[in-house]
Amino acid sequence: MSTSTVIEVRTAPHLHSGSSVDRIMRNVIYALLPMCFYSVWLFGISAAALIATTTAACVLIEYWSCRASGREATIGDFSAAITGLLLGLTLPPGLPLWMAVVGAFIAIAPGKMIFGGLGFNVFNPALVGRAFLQAAFPTAITTYTPALALHRLAEFIPTTLAIPFLKAAPLKDWIAQVRIDGFTGATPLMLQKFDHVTTDPWTLFIGTRAGSSGETSALLILLGGGYLIARKMMDWRIPAAMLLGALITGGAYYLSDPVKYPSPLFVLFSGGLMLGALFMATDPVASPVTPRGMWIYGLLMGLITVLIRFEGGLAEGVMYAILLGNALSPLIDKLTQPRTYGEGKRMFAKEATAK
Amino acid sequence: MPLMEFFTGKHLDRGLHVPEHKDLTSHLPIRRLPFAPVLVVPLSQHAGAPAIPIVREGQEVVRGEPIAKAGGFVSVPMHAPATGRVTKIALAPSARGDLSTAIYITPYSAASQEVLYGAPQDIDNMTPAEIVQAVQNTGVVGLGGAAFPTHVKLKVPEGKTVDTVVVNGCECEPYLTTDHRVMLEQPQAVLQGARIAMRALGAKKAVIGIEDNKLDAADALRDAAEGTTDITVVTVPAKYPQGAEKMLVKVLLGREIPSGGLPADVGLAVFNVATLAQIGELLPHRQGLIERVVTITGPGVRKPGNYLVALGTPLRWALQQADCSDQLSSVILGGPMMGAAAGSLDIPITKGVTGILALTHKQVNGHSRIYPCIHCAACVDVCPIHLNPSHLGMLARKDRYEEMETDYHLKDCFECACCSYVCPSHIPLVQYFRVAKQMNRERKARG
Repeated sequence: MSTSTVIEVRTAPHLHSGSSVDRIMRNVIYALLPMCFYSVWLFGISAAALIATTTAACVLIEYWSCRASGREATIGDFSAAITGLLLGLTLPPGLPLWMAVVGAFIAIAPGKMIFGGLGFNVFNPALVGRAFLQAAFPTAITTYTPALALHRLAEFIPTTLAIPFLKAAPLKDWIAQVRIDGFTGATPLMLQKFDHVTTDPWTLFIGTRAGSSGETSALLILLGGGYLIARKMMDWRIPAAMLLGALITGGAYYLSDPVKYPSPLFVLFSGGLMLGALFMATDPVASPVTPRGMWIYGLLMGLITVLIRFEGGLAEGVMYAILLGNALSPLIDKLTQPRTYGEGKRMFAKEATAK
Repeated sequence: MPLMEFFTGKHLDRGLHVPEHKDLTSHLPIRRLPFAPVLVVPLSQHAGAPAIPIVREGQEVVRGEPIAKAGGFVSVPMHAPATGRVTKIALAPSARGDLSTAIYITPYSAASQEVLYGAPQDIDNMTPAEIVQAVQNTGVVGLGGAAFPTHVKLKVPEGKTVDTVVVNGCECEPYLTTDHRVMLEQPQAVLQGARIAMRALGAKKAVIGIEDNKLDAADALRDAAEGTTDITVVTVPAKYPQGAEKMLVKVLLGREIPSGGLPADVGLAVFNVATLAQIGELLPHRQGLIERVVTITGPGVRKPGNYLVALGTPLRWALQQADCSDQLSSVILGGPMMGAAAGSLDIPITKGVTGILALTHKQVNGHSRIYPCIHCAACVDVCPIHLNPSHLGMLARKDRYEEMETDYHLKDCFECACCSYVCPSHIPLVQYFRVAKQMNRERKARG
């Protein structure tokens, strides 16, 4: 050791676990990819075009927002790509691509970047984009196409390439041509709500049914989520609480009238509940951080989802349930601050001293 | 976690498992280092008032002889670490970064490491007050790193009683193995020290808490304590930061020290094993603390080990003895989670230095990018105090320091750094909290 050894002075801790935001985000993408591939196999090249469009649009719009506001581009943290993938996975496979671009813009620009980018958004950006599309294009976003249609890997669903702002041709005739027996363009939730036909749980679990491009297979969603939970990159409490909330509420309805209401298993595996519980509600930015808060947040979203499905006019309520949960999460956090060591017993969270 | 402990509740519910790296040195017996050419004994090596020199420049001193007296009740005397000559009393660099007064001693060449200074002392017939005074005379302070004068803790605060002495043998910081070796090699001294503490405090029993990565140390202490019932040895599953006083008393006895309070508030007094071992060794001979065991380890040294180092040995000398590499990038005093990086290699080893961790360029990766907080709650899940570091960090960024203290229990944070360790956004949370506490102190001082 020479006398001129230069030593660095940093503050403790001098060790780090090695986890990092970009690594977590990259793994979320890995977890989403099986759903994307399955969606392409199920719904064809239209789904591929849709997911690719939303992802590319989200990344480009985030890049552009950063440039426009004179900040360093943040696309390297992969969060924009996740928003894009999730947005694509929650849209009907035949949605016109230009609408998808509009959704991506709303998701990233007002949904995320206006608040300050990653870490500051109040709502899950992908759901903000989807909620806008639901309000702006109520028909297009509830037009589903059957799974495993003929020629799906060779031709687009006609609406996919619709010209912006022009009315797309109705899909009814096209669906009649390409659909194979046993598959309809109505989602299990629509069938249940409007036609009182209940799809069997196995089909729902495997996902060979109509629906948004990525929401159909509970199996793949659980595998992807399980991977993230096993790698400690996702908090298991939120999906567990949300599914439990839906199960309890659905179970209560079922017990009150088993003829009118479907079984709680149907509630769990239908619609976007799985995708929402595992990949949307768990967006850490917009969910509570306290252990009790996570349970309350999840149970509340499960409850609201089922209430919207059974009591509301919409077939599906996951999106609004999660957005509402997002809006409440700062309040939930505030009210569920944990009791600290040495604080003594208390009944309620200490109220912030209002001065 | 073994099933039994899961049900008995004897485990730390938060905190985390940090790679231990203790196998570098845990098997190596304690060895002495030679005297450095110059020993630098700072007058303020402990919490409280600095000691007052009682020697003059040019005076000859004998190893073990007092060279500075305590500057008050919360202060301790200093003793000459080697036989030699006081060359000067002047400013010296300190671990805190500033300069502080120190006594420079040049040991005579061939000076013996044997301690001849001292006189027998009948500790069995001393009153508690006499024990407190005698312990102060030894100059012993908390050797686990805090360096708080031990005799102060041996005096029961007015209106309180202490029923149990908690002996802390957790050593939960990675890399450090000094307490491990002390328990293994000097179990009788540990027990002796524990009994002295019990006598001074009027406590009926003592509990020694040891993490289950040091079962041989627990066995050594159990063997030594065989046939007695007043001292029990309890092993707990290893987890960081179990060695923190607040955590250990909760794990061992289920008692919570109130926020801002002392262990005496719940009838306890907590001592580090090495501290008690020193009291057990020194008190019967009326000697003073002149050396301590230091783990010199890390990838930056080729001869890691547990070394008995004379207090005042400069860091550079100690590292050279452990054959330190040329690639040294940073030197940490203490463990890697809570230890401070040394700002200079000329600072002396003092009573509170538990380890010297030499890192090379490969280990230091402080350049990773800081992302915004994504509210992943990893910090909330590890905080042993159950704080909300995520929210505290956000408040710190906005300079809302007062709110951090009034509404979010900033003062209870003991800076274990678990939150910074797990943060995927690499936010220096614990550093924010140190700054916030300092700002609050300054604001209060201004009035």
